[in-house]
Amino acid sequence: MQTLGLAVEHYVILAGVIFTLGSIGFLVRRNVLVQLMCIELMLNSVNLLLVAFNRVYPANMAGQIFAFFIIAVAAAEAAVGLAIVLAFYRLKGTVMSDEGDSLKL
Amino acid sequence: MNLVGNVFFAVMAVLSLLGAVGTVSARNPIRSAVGLLLTIVGIAGLFLRLNAQFMGAIQLIVYAGAVVVLFVFVVMLLGPDASKVPSGPPKGWAARAFAGVLMAFFALGAGFLVFRARENLWLFTPVSPQHGSVELVGRELFTKALVPFELTTALLIVAVVGAIAVARAHGDQKAKAKPERLAPQKLFHGPLHPRDAGHPLVKERA
Repeated sequence: MQTLGLAVEHYVILAGVIFTLGSIGFLVRRNVLVQLMCIELMLNSVNLLLVAFNRVYPANMAGQIFAFFIIAVAAAEAAVGLAIVLAFYRLKGTVMSDEGDSLKL
Repeated sequence: MNLVGNVFFAVMAVLSLLGAVGTVSARNPIRSAVGLLLTIVGIAGLFLRLNAQFMGAIQLIVYAGAVVVLFVFVVMLLGPDASKVPSGPPKGWAARAFAGVLMAFFALGAGFLVFRARENLWLFTPVSPQHGSVELVGRELFTKALVPFELTTALLIVAVVGAIAVARAHGDQKAKAKPERLAPQKLFHGPLHPRDAGHPLVKERA
C-alpha cells in the first residue's frame, strides 16, 4: 500500500507535462493572446512545483512565499502583456506574432 | 482518506492536463481562455491537496478572477480579429517544431532523472494542520519577506500605470485640438434670444 501514496515525483511529472505543453504552445501558436496564455500555463506549473516541494520541507514557508510572489508578478505581466497586445493590434490590425517584424531591416 | 486524496489528486491532475491541452490546441482564443481557467482550477485543487489553503484561495482569486477575465476582455475588445488565421505556412515553422520537440525531450529527460534520483518514491509525511494556513503564511510574509512584499506594491502600481500608458489610444491629439470657432450666425439658424424673434440675424438682401 506504500506505493499508493502520493509522492513528490507525481507532482514533478505533472508540472513538467504542463510546462512542456505551455512551452510547445508558446513556440507553435502564432496568436499572441494564446502565447500569453501559454506563458501563464508555464508559470502555474512552476508554482505547483514550488508548493509541492514546500510540502516536503515543511519547516518554513519559503516555497509558498515564492509562489505568492510569482502570482503577483504574473498578474502584472498579464496586464502589461495584454496592453502591448492591444497596442500591437492598433498598429498592425492583427494579433499574429508573425506580423511583428517592424524592427527587421 | 488516502484513497480519497489520491482520487482527488487524479481528478485535479486530469482536469489541469485537459485544460492545458485545450489552451494549446483550441482554434478560438476564448476556448483557450476557458482551457486556462480549467487548468487554474485544477492547480488550485492540487494546492488544497498539498495543505496550501492560502495559495489555493489566492490562485482562484488572482488567476481565475483577474487574469482570465482580463484575457476574456481583450478577446472581446479585439472581436473577430482575435481568431483570424492568416493564410500560408507560418514563418520558421521548422525551427519552431524543432524547438518544441527539444523542449519535450528535455522535460521527459528531467522527469526520468527525477525518478532515478532516489531509490524509493519521496512520499509525503504528515504535517501539522497549520501548514499553509493563512496565519503561518502571513506571519512569514510580514516578517521574513516584508521588503519584497512591499516592493510588490511598487511593481503592481508601475504595471498598472504602464498598461494604461501603453494601451491608451493615441488619437487624443485630435480630441484636444480646439474646435474651429464658428460665427454665431453659422451656429444658429434661428434667433439667439427670444427677444430677437422675428428679426433674423442675417438680413436678407432686398
